[in-house]
Amino acid sequence: MSDILSAAVSIAFHGVAFAMVLYLISVGLSVTMGLMGFVNLAHGVFAAAGGYVMTTLFNDYGVPFAFAVAIAAIAVGAASVILERTLYRRLYGGDELDQVLMTIALVFISVAGAKYIWGSEQAPMHPPALLAGHVDLLGREFPTYRTFVIVAGVVLVTLLWLGLDRTRLGAKIRAAVDNRRMAQSVGINTSGLFSFTFALGTGLAALGGALGAELLPVFPGYALDNLLLFLIVVSVGGLGTIRGPFFAALLLGVADTAFKYALPQFGSFFIYALTLAILLVRPKGLFGQIGRA
Amino acid sequence: MSDTPASSLAAAAPPPIRDAKLPEGVRLLARRHRLRWYEGLPWLIAIGGYFLFPDYLSLGAQVFIAILFALATDLILGYAGVITLGQAAFFGAGAYACGLLSAHGWTEPLSLLVVAAAAAALVGFLSGFVILRTTGLTQLMLTLIVAVMLQEAANKASTVTGGANGLQGMVISPILGVFDFDLYGHVAYIYCLILLFLGWVLIRTLVHSPFGRTLTGIRESEARMHAIGSPVFRRRLTAYVISAAVCGVAGALLAETTTLVALDSLSFDRSGAVVIMLIVGGLGRLYGAFVGVPIYMIAADRFSTADPTYWYFWIGVFLLLIVLFARGGIVGLIERAVRLVRK
Repeated sequence: MSDILSAAVSIAFHGVAFAMVLYLISVGLSVTMGLMGFVNLAHGVFAAAGGYVMTTLFNDYGVPFAFAVAIAAIAVGAASVILERTLYRRLYGGDELDQVLMTIALVFISVAGAKYIWGSEQAPMHPPALLAGHVDLLGREFPTYRTFVIVAGVVLVTLLWLGLDRTRLGAKIRAAVDNRRMAQSVGINTSGLFSFTFALGTGLAALGGALGAELLPVFPGYALDNLLLFLIVVSVGGLGTIRGPFFAALLLGVADTAFKYALPQFGSFFIYALTLAILLVRPKGLFGQIGRA
Repeated sequence: MSDTPASSLAAAAPPPIRDAKLPEGVRLLARRHRLRWYEGLPWLIAIGGYFLFPDYLSLGAQVFIAILFALATDLILGYAGVITLGQAAFFGAGAYACGLLSAHGWTEPLSLLVVAAAAAALVGFLSGFVILRTTGLTQLMLTLIVAVMLQEAANKASTVTGGANGLQGMVISPILGVFDFDLYGHVAYIYCLILLFLGWVLIRTLVHSPFGRTLTGIRESEARMHAIGSPVFRRRLTAYVISAAVCGVAGALLAETTTLVALDSLSFDRSGAVVIMLIVGGLGRLYGAFVGVPIYMIAADRFSTADPTYWYFWIGVFLLLIVLFARGGIVGLIERAVRLVRK
């Protein structure tokens, strides 16, 4: 009995840590696709970029971990605005397949670019001394770094939700997601808002990629290999929602860890089956509203 | 996809062939669907290629298979407007159906194609039955997930499928008991070309038929098609199953000509590549597959020889240029050029 309990605690712990990373990365994708109606298959590129920038600063330049993570998120968020203004913007409201092709092209370019700059090996990720080792919680040992990821994730999610709920900017973003044309006609600068939201989403993705480099290793093919995972979180959570992907990430993070622990011989099969089942029952995702695209 | 490419192309093209000396079948095809002179070009090039490039016949057969796969995908993506990133599910279903049977003693190639088509059609029917009730991102996700589930299943059921090592031990008898597959790909080239031709006749007939017109109508406005009483779901499902069956034949052709089925026949890469090739060529234009597939395959081959490490970069740049400057793909570009010249 205690074996089962211990396994359950372990699954829950690692599952939640994984979920935090998944959510940080995917929430921006949910907003991009919901707000701009843009099929963005290149979202993982920003997470990978965050991971690369952070590990480079931290490992090669001795920048303190917290600063390295913050710089990675801000730099990637700022750089993404350039892409948004020059490339993404041209295809807003355009054909979905053109968006698919453009973002796949970006993924291809990023794969080669990452290989050119950082080589084909996986970026080395060793937690800083403070976060290495294990912590004692309720008489059990947990890896310190993953505990930190969970705590950091909870803090960031709380800040994000409060920000979107309580600030004027958050209200504008919610208004634009709900009804872009109406938001525009009451005087909200949706164009500027798009750029800001895009940067926020990619910045969060970079943050997720940087913090999660230990769980989701950063390597050139990152954006392509993890694409399905991010898309699953967004579609199960409900497109354009902020909270949906959080619960989807929790569900998938824990379920994936559990299935791989209990039935490793089936690999990722069950997680796909679960996604299929959820989307069949709720085509708009767990938190998506019926009748909205 | 606001204009209807097929009709605009038809309007700008020269008058149809009306030659009494042509065989009955060709004349029927020409009369019914206004066959144009340029529609013969791919076939002339293919036949010429057989004599001009005897060293590249195996590669040629692969190109034909890819074109057939893309042609079938165009029916569902370009004409019926179903956003799919999971066509490899059908390609792989056909390939594995063919491979498994032939490894267990059923070696007759033509009947294997039929079985592969049936297997892929079954997968298409079962998945399409639920997928086609959804739209947008959900639809895209479901097509994707069906394919990765099949791939994961094939990967894990390694006792049956060989898993990551691929399915081995396939034996294929000579076609019609006469033409044995040779090392140089002579038979494979002609065999694949004939099947591509049959696939083209089928898909071309379909898209010009009232059925094909309904599909285009559904793509342009589902609500209006409902309003005029068209059975939208049933039409789409029919198209989905036909597309799946032809994709299955393409998969089986690959299995028969290489006597190997690998996991990558079900992979996301394959589903993605076929969509990319179609957009490069021109979606919903029937000839997009004939233009896009060779161009993409040649470009990928050239880039990867010139720069083996970073060739993805050049492919990416190439695709970016297509999106930014050649909407409607290369066939779309040609259509615009022709329209300009005629003005």
